[in-house]
Amino acid sequence: MASAVLKLVETPVGTLPENVVAPQPLRLALPVAAPVAVVPRSALQLWLDARAAAILPPLIMLVVLLGVWQALCSAPDARFPSPIKVWTESHDVIVHPLKGVSFDAGKIKVADGADVGILVHIATSLERVAIGYSLAAVAGIALGVLIGSSLFAFRALDPLFQVLRTVPPLAWLPLSLAAFQQANPATVFLIFITAIWPIILNTAVGVQTIPAAYRNVAKVLALSRPQYFFKIMLPASVPYMFTGLRIGVGMSWLAIVAAEMVQGGTGIGFFIWDSYNSSLLTDTIVALVYIGLVGFALDRIVAFVGRRIAREG
Amino acid sequence: MKQRSYLALEGIGVTFATRNGPFVALQNIDLNVERGELVALIGHSGCGKSTLLNVIAGLTKASTGVIFLDGQVVDAPGPDRAVVFQDHSLLPWLTVAENVALAVDKVFAATLNRAARRDLVMHNLELVHMAGNAAKRPAELSGGMKQRVGIARAIAVKPRLLLMDEPFGALDALTRANLQDMVMELQASQGSTVVMITHDVDEAVLLADRVVMMTNGPAATIGEDLAVKLARPRHRLEIADTSGYVGARTDVLRFLYERFSHPGEKAA
Ligand SMILES: Nc1ncnc2c1ncn2[C@@H]1O[C@H](COP(=O)(O)OP(=O)(O)O)[C@@H](O)[C@H]1O
Ligand SMILES: [Mg+2]
Repeated sequence: MASAVLKLVETPVGTLPENVVAPQPLRLALPVAAPVAVVPRSALQLWLDARAAAILPPLIMLVVLLGVWQALCSAPDARFPSPIKVWTESHDVIVHPLKGVSFDAGKIKVADGADVGILVHIATSLERVAIGYSLAAVAGIALGVLIGSSLFAFRALDPLFQVLRTVPPLAWLPLSLAAFQQANPATVFLIFITAIWPIILNTAVGVQTIPAAYRNVAKVLALSRPQYFFKIMLPASVPYMFTGLRIGVGMSWLAIVAAEMVQGGTGIGFFIWDSYNSSLLTDTIVALVYIGLVGFALDRIVAFVGRRIAREG
Repeated sequence: MKQRSYLALEGIGVTFATRNGPFVALQNIDLNVERGELVALIGHSGCGKSTLLNVIAGLTKASTGVIFLDGQVVDAPGPDRAVVFQDHSLLPWLTVAENVALAVDKVFAATLNRAARRDLVMHNLELVHMAGNAAKRPAELSGGMKQRVGIARAIAVKPRLLLMDEPFGALDALTRANLQDMVMELQASQGSTVVMITHDVDEAVLLADRVVMMTNGPAATIGEDLAVKLARPRHRLEIADTSGYVGARTDVLRFLYERFSHPGEKAA
């Protein structure tokens, strides 16, 4: 995009000397003014072309997929609902995602209980993920820095972490429920314990692989420990941290659905379980689409933040 | 008692513990550098030049011997001995100005206010002709420009000793000549004391007051110490065919390729 703009600006500049020889204001103004009017339009055109080239293939793919799905499942005795059936049977779920939410004088009110729109369930799940994941990020980075910078701590803790990280998230649920007694904190803990391992381990690798060159710079300047931490260690290991944070957010989202399916009450996992128990398979399919889109968005948000921070330093 | 030189290395030896037992890299190194002198260390690759420089910088501990700088023993790294690294070692997440400011802010935190430190950063970037690129990040710079910033970061803290480890080794010939001229100007205007590693004979003779030649490792030591008696300022074209330049150059070449030819060639 930038190069396209540059090219068009260059052209009038290249022709300028010819015009300078004949100092007539009108002729001088024309070649300068004309491209200015052209630039935004063609830049927009180029932008649209690029967008279309990026969006068209997945769009075609989506249409083909829906078509094949429809063809395969349109028999009257098909066990699996077709896209059209999903649309008609789950119409309520699709068009009223905010059921139970009322806007009252600028305040948002959410009805209690399970009979709410799908976005309300998603919001409940996201809230749990946000709390558990934030705690995991803080604790995980702290522990990662610890075992990355102290060989003693690494030798002491790394075996423990390596064992614990292989425990499937749901295996923690009974312990978590026993410890917290309540569904909500138990689910938050589950997210925490799921997301923390990749954050710890990637941060540790980032700290351990800080190039000797940067450490020598710090030594020659005789940076204090806090100065080294903030000016060298953190920025140098940020890319690794965000690798861990990105894996962690994906795992959180995987775990929340499983946890809510088991432990019930509210949230998108519960919504799926509820729709299965009510034999509303079409609702489950709608929920899957939402879960996929939200998981994708979470991944992209963390990746985006990571890139921004790495660039800003 | 004899007066010690500004920088005095006395009986420096370095032994590394390796998997195959101890490896004696350096042995019995005595080196004296006077204030304001530029000494070039030359020797074949792997002989221990970087190790010696790192010992002076305090980055590597000497196994034997002592180093005095201005009468004081030095055995830990510190900004009074600034280092220009071969790979420039700029921090990629900081801009050019921030890289220099990291050093300036650390060293002058107590003595200069924020504005004065900022001025000092810009002044030193001007000295290396990089003030116009202050806001760029290292990734946006050429190799020569990065090394200019590396030099600015080192001289900005007004070190007592400037250590350079093959600073121009990775640069093309034209850029290298440019930077060599710049170092000569800086050294003349600032009166810095410099120890510079090089494997380029012309660079050593052009820049140095003394060329210190190291024998091949293991257990490398100083083989010869040659004073280059050429008037300053030196211009590469004017001195290129003077007898002083040619003579010094021949002496160094003879040392490197007759007396201590490259270990690989000797074995063959
Ligand atoms: N940390 C270390 N441990 C073991 N051997 C080392 C270490 N650092 C350098 N050496 C060895 O010491 C010798 C000198 O290395 P170096 O000072 O880098 O040489 P130069 O800079 O002259 O090319 C080499 O043989 C190298 O393998
Ligand atoms: Mg070296």
